[in-house]
Amino acid sequence: MSRAAEPLHRALGLTDDELEEIRRVLGREPNHLELALYGVMWSEHCSYKSSRIHLRRLPTEGSHVLVGPGENAGVIDAGDGIAVAIRIESHNHPSAIEPYQGAATGVGGILRDVFTMGARPLAVMDPLFFGDLADARQRWLVEGVVAGISGYGNSVGVPTVGGELTFDDCYATNPLVNVLCAGAMPVERLVLGVASGVGNLAVLLGSSTGRDGIGGVSVLASAGFAGDDGAVSLDDAKRPSVQVGDPYEEKRLIEACLALLDGGHVVGIQDLGGAGIVCATSETAARGGVGMDVDVTAIALREPGMQPYEIMTSESQERMLAIITPESWPAVSALCAKWEVRATVVGHVVAPIPDANGTLVGMLRVRRGLDGEVLAEVPASSLAHEAPLYDRARRRPANLDALRADDPSDEPVGSANDDLLDLLVDPAWVYRQYDSQLFLNTVVGPGRDAALLRLAGPGLPHSERGIALSTDSNPRWCALDPRAGTALTVAEGVANLACVGASAKAVVNCLNFGNPEHPEVMWQLSEAIDGMAEACDALGLPVVGGNVSLYNESGGHDIDPTPVVGLLGVVDSLVAPPPGWDWTTGDALVLVGSRHAAGPDAFPLGGSRWATRRGRRGGRVPPFDATLLRATFAFVTGEVARVCAGVTSDVTAVHDVGGGGLAGALAEMAASTGVGVTILDLEGHAELFSEFPGRFVVTTSDLRAFSERARGAGVAIVHLGDVGGDRLVLANYVNLSVSQVAARRGAALTTALALRA
Amino acid sequence: MVRIGVVVFPGSNCEYDAASGAAQLGAQAEFVWHSATDLSGFDGIILPGGFAHGDYLRPGALARFSPVMEAVARFAHDGGPVLGICNGFQVLCESGLLPGALQKNRGLTFLCQATTLVVTSTDSVLTSAATLGQELVIPINHFSGAYTCDDATLRALRENDRVVLRYKENPNGSRDDIAGVANGAGNVVGLMPHPERAMSTLLGSADGRVLLESFVTSNVTSNVAVA
Repeated sequence: MSRAAEPLHRALGLTDDELEEIRRVLGREPNHLELALYGVMWSEHCSYKSSRIHLRRLPTEGSHVLVGPGENAGVIDAGDGIAVAIRIESHNHPSAIEPYQGAATGVGGILRDVFTMGARPLAVMDPLFFGDLADARQRWLVEGVVAGISGYGNSVGVPTVGGELTFDDCYATNPLVNVLCAGAMPVERLVLGVASGVGNLAVLLGSSTGRDGIGGVSVLASAGFAGDDGAVSLDDAKRPSVQVGDPYEEKRLIEACLALLDGGHVVGIQDLGGAGIVCATSETAARGGVGMDVDVTAIALREPGMQPYEIMTSESQERMLAIITPESWPAVSALCAKWEVRATVVGHVVAPIPDANGTLVGMLRVRRGLDGEVLAEVPASSLAHEAPLYDRARRRPANLDALRADDPSDEPVGSANDDLLDLLVDPAWVYRQYDSQLFLNTVVGPGRDAALLRLAGPGLPHSERGIALSTDSNPRWCALDPRAGTALTVAEGVANLACVGASAKAVVNCLNFGNPEHPEVMWQLSEAIDGMAEACDALGLPVVGGNVSLYNESGGHDIDPTPVVGLLGVVDSLVAPPPGWDWTTGDALVLVGSRHAAGPDAFPLGGSRWATRRGRRGGRVPPFDATLLRATFAFVTGEVARVCAGVTSDVTAVHDVGGGGLAGALAEMAASTGVGVTILDLEGHAELFSEFPGRFVVTTSDLRAFSERARGAGVAIVHLGDVGGDRLVLANYVNLSVSQVAARRGAALTTALALRA
Repeated sequence: MVRIGVVVFPGSNCEYDAASGAAQLGAQAEFVWHSATDLSGFDGIILPGGFAHGDYLRPGALARFSPVMEAVARFAHDGGPVLGICNGFQVLCESGLLPGALQKNRGLTFLCQATTLVVTSTDSVLTSAATLGQELVIPINHFSGAYTCDDATLRALRENDRVVLRYKENPNGSRDDIAGVANGAGNVVGLMPHPERAMSTLLGSADGRVLLESFVTSNVTSNVAVA
């Protein structure tokens, strides 16, 4: 390393001001171990120091919210005595360097966030973003990331039920690998990561501790890639900061922890993720207002000679910290032995002590032996919750007006047949590698508008309800207008849930942005948060958790702002599948919702896939208009929910108009069912490819009855055409055989990956 | 009531689904930890899907040494119905209770998708209630699901009517399109597809019911005494 001449605190990622703050907190000079603890805990990844002042603007309240942001996962009351936990995370930089292990350990980490709340993980979703597949490195990344998710998720036994797949040059040197997990529990099993009870034991469960992943949160996750080529030239230097996953260890850890919680043996429990033992011990102690003594010599190690700072900050995977009473140790030990999970007492809860002002402070003490030499002694809350917060400079990008002025509406129309065929990508090659069915809950699996699952699982009370999950993003919109783009992304998610009959209940977000030290990035982040707050307020949605991933840059180039919105919805009665995409000959094809976007453009193309493929990245994004959306969402949700409840309905198919626009939606439905459709009249070429949300394609076997219900709900509909034949005919723009559409869509991804189909 | 034991190895993950399938057909399903050595009182044993012992070395290679497998062998020897689903099939092959082996899929990726199976023998505890030639839509979910065996074994399987299920369109490169095989007596059956995932049209297919129905009722009339 070329950092030999650098002061230690800077090598650990701390600024000079932060060192001063540590001196103030301690009232003395920190020793090397203490500096290392602050280095990881005050990293951007752990402390959210650049984003926290902005995140406060998000709405988090709701009568059904049991746990909001700040815990390991958000939790809502889903009814019938069942609580659902949900969380989203990023594992971007590890995956850029080591795609299989980066993606695999991303899955492992998110599962621990969910089962540490007492919930059994029941579903995973993976939004993925790569560069153009013409580049061999991108193909290597895609195959490695998908194999990592498949290898870990399938083995650990949690179904992967959906996600997203986005290709854009802005991710070529900084791919994004996000992962969402939802789990469920009987409400009474909900447990928090809190230490309490002086004399209680801190028990480390799971894997031994090695040198893998040291500094993962600071060296890797909280700095950009310096070179223009992203991770390429940094492989060797940063690869030791990538962790290695073992799904078999995690599977046994899940079963052991849920058994411990069911047996009432645990006072508090916390997963070990970024920043390892120091994070878990300081956070549990800080939440409980107590101190904790940790004995570094008690921790089982993978190799000899590990230094205390390595032991405390290692990010070795598949570990949990449980706080238990001394009396429950025999039961804990026996249960862990059954599941072949290592359980070691590594510390205990101690009383807080008065500081100079007489205020009680819980101290984290790292000791050599439980009664031995004190190697580090710092206030637990100073590590966990009191990192300096930054209101970093924000600046509207100077080129934004020029970018917005370059609207693609003047782009020559060209061949809509060719454009449509080029836009279609069936992600089946990806999701076929994921077990999407385990636990017998998956009613709608990957590749559709949203995933829909029965709300059932081992140990849960009986329920007829279902839960729906979606993840959405639109970096093309957000580059042009992060505020409107993010608000529209939330709307897109709600629309996806409506397609499976679910009412949206909670939002989680993964905010993937560039370097926060660039004022333009901070402006984007701030605007995006305002847009999310606006949409969530308007649609009555609480944000129950999130993750901020900054420093997604390489060579000084930031990614387009990529807020990923995860949505959790509930269907009250799920006894029959929703209509899905499979229309039938003779159905009437209806566009539901406002045909025209709010704002000056009826069919805006700025940020659309069509325009982006033409190399036009500028233009106008439609404004977010909640009044247009609310009634439409409620109407479609109700129509589909009736089908799910087993009520006979004339609605035969439902699909939201999203990426690829109206033409994309119709092509997907035609490819899915093998039956064509004919639309005689459209309001111009732009209507084919405009992507603004709030529109649905619905087919009905009884147009009159459907129209009456729509009118009653005050929702606009247009009878666009009729289903039948073997061709996709969209006015005088598109005329393609359905078999050609299906073949091109089916082969697009494997062809791009240069794989045998 | 019919009692079905569902063996749980560390790393199994379809045990709840298998138990649910048996229970939906009126059986009483109970989990049997892999260290168990006594299977008396059970009318049938299911080895469920998953990754027993992490599939370390290769699928089933370690599970065959779990103590319960000696008991499963005795149970099978005494005529008790034994069903291996997916990883359970791999364990039965590794244990020598069924012939052949499962190797990596032809395309070298994991595959989770619906397949159409054809019933090619009704002379087994899994297929007795089905009809010859019946087509069943049942999902697969595996990385190592390509059935393979030597020529002599294949000849014997065919001559003795031991191939109970074949893929209509071979998804994974299995030899002779084999999806499931039975032992000579027909009381031990393994298959890679998951009939317990095809119990309800809500989840896409109810075609697995006829298979599990065969299995849970197979021992009721013969009522094999298990020592």
